[in-house]
Amino acid sequence: MMASETAEVVAPPTVVLEARNIVKELGQGAGKVRALKGVGLTLNAGELTLLMGPSGSGKTTLLSILGCILTPTEGTLTIAGQSTTGLSPEELARLRRRSIGFIFQSYNLFPTLTAEENVRIALDVRGERGSQATVLAQRALQRVGLRHKLKSYPSNLSGGEQQRVAVARALVGAPAVMLADEPTAALDSENGVAVMGLLAEIAKDKSRAVLAVTHDPRTFPFANRILRIEDGLIVGEERRAEGVETVHELARTRKRKANA
Amino acid sequence: MTFTLAIRNLFHDRIRLVVTLVGILFSVVLVAIQLGLYTGARTMIISMIDRSNADLWVMAYGTKNFEEAQPISARARYAALSTPGVASATPLVAGFTDWRKPGGGSTLVVVIGADYDEGTLAPWNIVEGDLTGLGARDAVMIDRTYLDELGIKKVGDTAQVGASRVRVAGLTEGIRSFTVTPFVFTTFSRARSLLEMPADNITYVLVKLSDGADPQRVQEILRQRLPDNEVLTTAEFRDRSLNHWLFATGAGIALIGGAVLGLVVGTVIVAQTLYSSTKDHLTEFATLRALGSSSGYIHKVILAQAALSALLGYILGMAIALAVVWSTENSALPIMMTPWLAGLLLALTVAMCAVSAVSAIGKVMRIDPAMVFNR
Repeated sequence: MMASETAEVVAPPTVVLEARNIVKELGQGAGKVRALKGVGLTLNAGELTLLMGPSGSGKTTLLSILGCILTPTEGTLTIAGQSTTGLSPEELARLRRRSIGFIFQSYNLFPTLTAEENVRIALDVRGERGSQATVLAQRALQRVGLRHKLKSYPSNLSGGEQQRVAVARALVGAPAVMLADEPTAALDSENGVAVMGLLAEIAKDKSRAVLAVTHDPRTFPFANRILRIEDGLIVGEERRAEGVETVHELARTRKRKANA
Repeated sequence: MTFTLAIRNLFHDRIRLVVTLVGILFSVVLVAIQLGLYTGARTMIISMIDRSNADLWVMAYGTKNFEEAQPISARARYAALSTPGVASATPLVAGFTDWRKPGGGSTLVVVIGADYDEGTLAPWNIVEGDLTGLGARDAVMIDRTYLDELGIKKVGDTAQVGASRVRVAGLTEGIRSFTVTPFVFTTFSRARSLLEMPADNITYVLVKLSDGADPQRVQEILRQRLPDNEVLTTAEFRDRSLNHWLFATGAGIALIGGAVLGLVVGTVIVAQTLYSSTKDHLTEFATLRALGSSSGYIHKVILAQAALSALLGYILGMAIALAVVWSTENSALPIMMTPWLAGLLLALTVAMCAVSAVSAIGKVMRIDPAMVFNR
């Protein structure tokens, strides 16, 4: 028998986002600050990566650049195979709606739209409308466990439910990269764990990478990888041995302990 | 969803919506009244000229409008009649005189006299009596609008004009004068008598052309034959009257100026409220940008908000404007609303709201989408 037929072949991870030597200067003249000083990172499909660091370390600036909201002063960024160098604001917006899903700390739901409409609007900006968009929005809400809250307005949803609607909104367009900014910061322990479990579950999709900026230690067990940023530079990377299944087990154990 | 988002944003803050609608409503009503007065004035100024069925008018030099004309020689009629291309030439007298009310007091009137069997300018919208009634002794016809002003209660009442007695033989409806001076219709000879006009004087010759005659050519010949008079086409006389009353006197400019002021005030109010609404929803617009919406998508939301406000404000404003129009229907200074004017008002309201949206769009375009991470 040939070796290739007996040994299990482990495919290299698919890189869906690659940032090289990202530098970002903010402000002008004497007030100019170098918020990022040459950050390089990759996000792999199927992984939940946490980005941690103290306040002012450049987390949010990096997230804004990876999400094509800010453009780097120097460096290159490639998302889903497309380089962002030289793209106009409208082309960057197109890349965002095709390839990036956002989850915000304060959910950023539209208070005047129902949960279903809040999800559907992410499809609407992509030009996907009609009954197919409704079905996709309902499926996304079903996936986050809110099938029964389709017609609820954000004001009638708990913080955890609102964040799950935001996850569904980020998910509905099937983006290659999901970027979450402190997704558990405004949530209590139980809802925080539930949302992180959801993100870990979503990250299991082999075509998608999830990056969450956090300082919440409750999120650590869910991560495949933790990046540490300090003073505008990535200073450490920790790859966790546990798979997502194990992470779920940890979460369940924590919940059992809490209930006991 | 742009429309859904726009309508929800609008109705989310009811107080702001009310302020916006009041601003638009105020503007629509103000513009409708000003332009309605302008339309009413325009109609009154040209109604006699348009109703004449004449192709050419022969009149005294320098005549500025229908009411204020000097007498001309009656021979002008015969000169016109003998001109090639002229089918008919009928004399008309018109002039100011005093109307003494039966109960005392007097008021100025414009007496108009013509021979109605010649198919010339005759009273229209007759609601009581008929043209044949004017053949009776002392008979005149007046408009219902001016009954009180002339001290008349009903058909059959009498008054005195100059040294002669007149009897109201019929009533018209809606024949009003821009100068608010009542028109008094009667026969050609009686009018001349009431105005104490010499027998060889008339005020106008109304010329009708034969089929196929060239108006410019006939006008030119008449000018040569009547060098002491002025010969105008109906369109020229209409324009001259409008220019005199609406622009030379400044009345029309004041009305149009009022309409422009209404538009400016409306634009400022709508711009303010739309800008403040957009400012309140800035994080939502930043979120839309973060979700990858194009600039056009956000413009559509703001413009849909502006268009919805315009439509609602227009409907409410027009309802009030129509009530005002209805209430002035029988007054001496009617406000008129025509389908054309209603369409123009709608276009102006939408344009006003679109202009108002510009500042809001400018604000959104200056959003830093990174603010979505800073909340």
